[in-house]
Amino acid sequence: MTPLLEINQLNATVEGRQILKGLSLTVHAGEVHAIMGPNGSGKSTLASILSGRPGYEVTGGSAALDGEDLLGMKPEDRARKGLFLAFQYPVEIPGVNSTYFLKAALNEVRKARGLPELDALEFLEFIKAKMKVLELDPSLLNRPVNEGFSGGEKKRNEIFQMAILEPRLAILDETDSGLDIDALRIVAEGVNRLRKPDNAQVVITHYQRLLDYIVPDYVHVLHDGRIVKSGGKELAYELERRGYDWLTSEARPVSPELTTA
Amino acid sequence: MKSTLTHTAPAKPAPPGPLEAFERFEKRAGHAGPPWLRALRTSGISYFGELGFPAAHHEDWRFTTPSVLAERAYAPAPRPDVQIPGVASLSLVPDGELEAHRLVFVDGHFAPRLSRVLPLEPEQVVTNLREALEFQSSLVESFLGRAARHETSAFAALNTAFLEDGAFVYLPAGRELAAPVHLLFVSSQPGVVSHPRVLVVARAGARAQVIEEYVSLGEQAGFTNAVTEIAAGPGAQVEHVRLQRENGASLHVGTVEARQYKDSRVLSHSVSTGARLARHNIHLRFEEPGCEGVLNGLYTGAGDQLVDHHTIADHRSPHCQSHEFYHGILSGRSRGVFNGRIYVRQDAQKTDAKQTNRNLLLSNEATVYTKPQLEIWADDVKCTHGATVGQLDENAVFYLRSRGIGEARARRMLIGAFASETIGRIGVEALRARLDETLQAWLAEELAAPGPLPLPHPPGLTT
Repeated sequence: MTPLLEINQLNATVEGRQILKGLSLTVHAGEVHAIMGPNGSGKSTLASILSGRPGYEVTGGSAALDGEDLLGMKPEDRARKGLFLAFQYPVEIPGVNSTYFLKAALNEVRKARGLPELDALEFLEFIKAKMKVLELDPSLLNRPVNEGFSGGEKKRNEIFQMAILEPRLAILDETDSGLDIDALRIVAEGVNRLRKPDNAQVVITHYQRLLDYIVPDYVHVLHDGRIVKSGGKELAYELERRGYDWLTSEARPVSPELTTA
Repeated sequence: MKSTLTHTAPAKPAPPGPLEAFERFEKRAGHAGPPWLRALRTSGISYFGELGFPAAHHEDWRFTTPSVLAERAYAPAPRPDVQIPGVASLSLVPDGELEAHRLVFVDGHFAPRLSRVLPLEPEQVVTNLREALEFQSSLVESFLGRAARHETSAFAALNTAFLEDGAFVYLPAGRELAAPVHLLFVSSQPGVVSHPRVLVVARAGARAQVIEEYVSLGEQAGFTNAVTEIAAGPGAQVEHVRLQRENGASLHVGTVEARQYKDSRVLSHSVSTGARLARHNIHLRFEEPGCEGVLNGLYTGAGDQLVDHHTIADHRSPHCQSHEFYHGILSGRSRGVFNGRIYVRQDAQKTDAKQTNRNLLLSNEATVYTKPQLEIWADDVKCTHGATVGQLDENAVFYLRSRGIGEARARRMLIGAFASETIGRIGVEALRARLDETLQAWLAEELAAPGPLPLPHPPGLTT
C-alpha cells in the first residue's frame, strides 16, 4: 500500500544554514505520529517545508503525499490534495472576514475533489456542528480571520479549519503551545474526532503533555535535523522522565541507512 | 499690486492667462448674481494675482508639479449646448441603488434635467449654487468664502474668481436630511476647465451626508478645480464623501475646508482613483471645544498617475479629537503623496489626534512620499502618527494559500481587505458596496497585468 506520507532523506537549508540533514519518515493512513525534539531540532522547519512555506530550500531527498511528489507543488495545491498545517502562530488577517475566508478555502478544496461548491446557506449549515465541537463562539465568524482572537481561540480556530477542510494528512505544529489545560482538552478532542482510517496526523510537540490527549501510534525524536529514535507511545513517557539529553548527546541515527551520505 | 500677506515660499508671478480669462469671464458672467459676489470674485482674482501658481520648489508642492497645472487654460467652459445622453449612468452608484438628492453638473454647469431633488422639510435647501445666489443671496453670502481661504491658496482663489455654479446645501437647526445629497460633476468637452463650488451648512444639531463624485465623459483631458466649504454648527454632523474618478488624462485639484463648532462632527472621506494628476487639500478646523473630525481616505494609482493628499487637522480649541486613516495602493510607475498636518494650538489642551497612513506598493517602480507634520503648542495632548510603506504581508499570503486559496486570489483578498478598511468607514451603504466591487475589479486587472507583481520576501525574512 502506498504510504500517505513518505519522506526520504530530506535535506533542507534556511539562509544557507542546513537544518534538515537526511530526515526520513513514513506515515500510513489511519496512523498518528508524534514528532518530538528539543528546540532548534528542525521540527517547525519540517512542518514549513511540507506545507510549502517560502524561504526554505530543499537540497536533497524527497517527500510524497499519496505517492505524488509534494516538494514541487504550490502550497495551495498541497492543501487541495489534502495536506493541512495547523500553524504554531496562526496569522491575523485584518479585513478578511472569517466566513468569507473559510468558504473560499472549502470550495477550493471541494473543487479539487470533484465536489460541488457550497452556497452561503449550505456552508453555514455545514460549519455549525463543527463550531460546537470546538466550543467556538459563533460571533468569531463575523470577525476578520484571527484578528483579536485570544491565543486559545486562534488554536481552536486552526482545528476548526481542519474540521472543515477534512484533510488526508494534518500536521499540527506545536498546537499545544500557549494553551491552558481546558483549551488543550477541547483542541485534542477536536483532533481525535477527525481521526479516520483513511487519514493521518503528524503531531509536532516539545512536551509530552499533548500526547496524553492525542495518543500517538508512533513517537519519533528529532535531533539536529534527523530522526534519532523512533518508538511507540511509551517513548514519549520516557522522554518526559529522562529529557532529551540521553538521546541528543549520543546524537546517533536510528539506523545507519538513515544517515546522510 | 500691494501684498498684505506673507508667503512662506516664493511664488512665481501668475501667467497672464488667468487674469485675461477673468476679464473675459467678467464680461460674460460678471453681471449675473448679487453685487457682493462680484466683489468676492474680484478679491479671488486679485489674491490669485498675488499668489500665482505655486512654484515647483514650494514645500507644499514638492511632488506635485504645479507647472503642469499652470500651463492650462483657465477660463471656465461655457455651458454645453446639447444634453449628452448617458451622463447619469457615469455614476458609480446607479439611480435605482441610492435614494438621494441628485444634482448633476456638466462642465461646471447645473443640468436640471438630469437632476432630482427629493421632498425636503421646511427651510432645508438642496439646490444649485447659481439658483441660490439668485433667490437666497443673503443666506449664501453669510457662509460663502468663510471656510475656504482664498487668501492663501492659489487654487481656492482661482475657484473664487470664476465662481459661477455648484451646489448649496443648507440645513436649519435640529433637522436631519433624510436622504444623502449626491453631486455628480461631469467633464464632457475636450480641454474643459471647471471651478465648481460646493457649500454645505449644517446649523446646530443638523445632520447631512453629501457625496461629491467627479467623472469624465470620454478620454480627453480636462481640468477640474473644485472647492467645498463645510460649516458644521454646534452638535451638527456632516459626512462628506469625495469620489474622484476622472479619466486618466485629467488634472484635478480638490479643496475641502470645514469649520467646526462646539461638539460637531465632520467625517471626510476622500477616494481618489482617477486623473493623471490629482491634488487634494482637505482641511478641518476645530473652532470650539468638543469637536470630532475623521479624515479617511483611499487612493489608488496605476500607470503614470500622481495622487496627492495634503490634509490638515487644525486643533484650535480644547477637547477635540481627530482621527485620520489614509491608505494608498500604487502600481505601475504611479506616485502617491501623503502629507498629514496636525496643528495643536496653544489653547487646544486635551487634544486627541491620531493619524495613520499606510501604503501598498504593487510594483517596483511605484513610489510614495509620506510625511506626517505635527505642530504642537499645547502641553496636555495626545498625538500619535504612523506611516508604513510596503508590500503585502507574505505570512498572510502563505496562510491563505496553505488553505487552498490560489496565490493571485490570496493577494487580491489581502489588498481588497486593505482597501476595505477605509471604504468600510463610509456611512452610505450602496456606495460602499459599489466601491468595493470596483476596487476588486481594478485590482484583478492590475494584478493580472504583465507588469511586475508584488515581490516575495527574500528568503530568510520569513520565519
